[in-house]
Amino acid sequence: MKSIIAEDLVKTYDKGAVRALDHLSLDVEEGTVLGVLGPNGAGKTTTVRILATLLNPDSGRAIVGGIDVIKHPEKVREVIGLSGQYAAVDEILTGWDNLVMFGQLYHLGKKQAVARAEELLEQFSLTESARRPIKTYSGGMRRRLDLAASLIVKPKVLFLDEPTTGLDPRGRQEMWGVIQELVKGGVTLLLTTQYLEEADQLADEIAVIDHGKVIARGTSDALKKQVGGERLQIVVEQSHIAQTLEIVSRVSKNPATLDEGMRLISAPVSTGSAALIEALRELDGAGIHPLDVSLKRPSLDDVFMSLTGHVAEELKEEAKK
Amino acid sequence: MRNLQDIFIITRRQILLLVRVPEVLIFSTIQPVMFVLLFRFVFGGSIDTGQPGGYVQLLMPGIFVQTVAFTLAGTASGLAEDMKKGLIDRFRSLPISRSALIIGRTLGDSLLNIVVLTVMGITGYIVGWRPTGGVGNMLLGFLFLLLFGYALSWVGVLVGLSAKDARVVQNVSFIVTFPLTFLSNAFAPTTGMPRALQYFAEWNPVSTMVAGCRSLFGLETEFGATAGSFPSEYPLITSLAYMVILMAIFIPLSARKYARAAN
Repeated sequence: MKSIIAEDLVKTYDKGAVRALDHLSLDVEEGTVLGVLGPNGAGKTTTVRILATLLNPDSGRAIVGGIDVIKHPEKVREVIGLSGQYAAVDEILTGWDNLVMFGQLYHLGKKQAVARAEELLEQFSLTESARRPIKTYSGGMRRRLDLAASLIVKPKVLFLDEPTTGLDPRGRQEMWGVIQELVKGGVTLLLTTQYLEEADQLADEIAVIDHGKVIARGTSDALKKQVGGERLQIVVEQSHIAQTLEIVSRVSKNPATLDEGMRLISAPVSTGSAALIEALRELDGAGIHPLDVSLKRPSLDDVFMSLTGHVAEELKEEAKK
Repeated sequence: MRNLQDIFIITRRQILLLVRVPEVLIFSTIQPVMFVLLFRFVFGGSIDTGQPGGYVQLLMPGIFVQTVAFTLAGTASGLAEDMKKGLIDRFRSLPISRSALIIGRTLGDSLLNIVVLTVMGITGYIVGWRPTGGVGNMLLGFLFLLLFGYALSWVGVLVGLSAKDARVVQNVSFIVTFPLTFLSNAFAPTTGMPRALQYFAEWNPVSTMVAGCRSLFGLETEFGATAGSFPSEYPLITSLAYMVILMAIFIPLSARKYARAAN
């Protein structure tokens, strides 16, 4: 059964001048995780806002947990949890205050709301700071509290909009751990992210979106294969460029490309570090000493390059208004 | 029933915010108290009102109205702040009625007014204000003030939801509120103003509120209103009409804006 279905969603802003969603369709099987991957302005937040009943599409259809989002938003709100890009909790209030308040707004009754709040604080390792105002929390703690707030009634469907954007690597790791635990609990999750690695870690399937459309869909492995694996990158002195181009092309068995300003020569390789060593050996043999050498794993930019032929540009900031 | 509970929880959040950051309460009280003291002792001595008890009798209703008028700014900047932080989105994704959040907030802001008005009243009493219209009329006067603040709070909801930045909200609210309170009979007679401004000042809801409160607080002669015009003859009825009109316009507009907030 599909827990989330979006069909042909269209959303425009500024009287049609900005097309945030352009016939976007996607679906998520019950109990699985879909990672929605795309650059700023691709339409990720708009998609989540529509599915979470915060925004009406200009046209199209959306079903969440078997309920029509446009016709019965109030029923959808009973079964979903939403955690946004910004930790949407009251900074002045304490973690405990926030969770109890949200619990009561989910109509839990005071006692139950308190019990649930304490349970969640425990689960997210926030018990110690429960009585401190949120503004004293670290970025990672805020996100965890925000996530806890979206789990008060054990939602069937959870939306996480860029849950780790702006976190430091440690905060990101912690957040991943928390999300992985949740997924084991059987929740259906739609997660948006700008990071391929994040989608890789957390999602069963990935939908890449750009300009408000899904441009590719599949498992992480399938997408990476489509991108073409790793790239070998070498920076050399001006005088060695021509020779290096030739060597790298030969090792890669693909024509190498040159970034003249950076004096950076690069080419896709399929054998990873073996190709790196081979290239270095040949360069050494030719008396060339590279200034910089790296083996770059496919990044979101590469996915974009290969899928769309353009660099993941910063579009208009995802229209919130 | 559920709806009432939701409203209550949101109102309680407003109170909790005041308890957690008492500075807000302290500063929103200090400002009007300062106004009372400044006007009482700076202008009080040089304005001859021909009233028993002096300028402070006329001044207090003026400052009360000015203070509740600033509710607009309070509600607006609070909501703009919540919008910016994404809290409004969180509330809107909860299974609560969309009106609960804004009704709860406007009620919470009115509760703040009760505290502020009480402190101001006490300060006024200390510096010589003596309402003489009887307890019933005095309470009615305060009820009018609270209602006026509540009506303006709904204007604040629309301003707050429409604004992109909380600081802009503060500025816009001040630009609206300051001329309204000064182009009125609140601090000085309107009879000294140019003719065109006099008309404006007479019909200004701040003037009708001030005039209405003055009569409820026991002042017999109206201070500086052009005699004979409808708003100065019937200030309470006119004020009530203004509040009804304000709420009739801004409650539906604000509710619609909230339902589609950030759409």
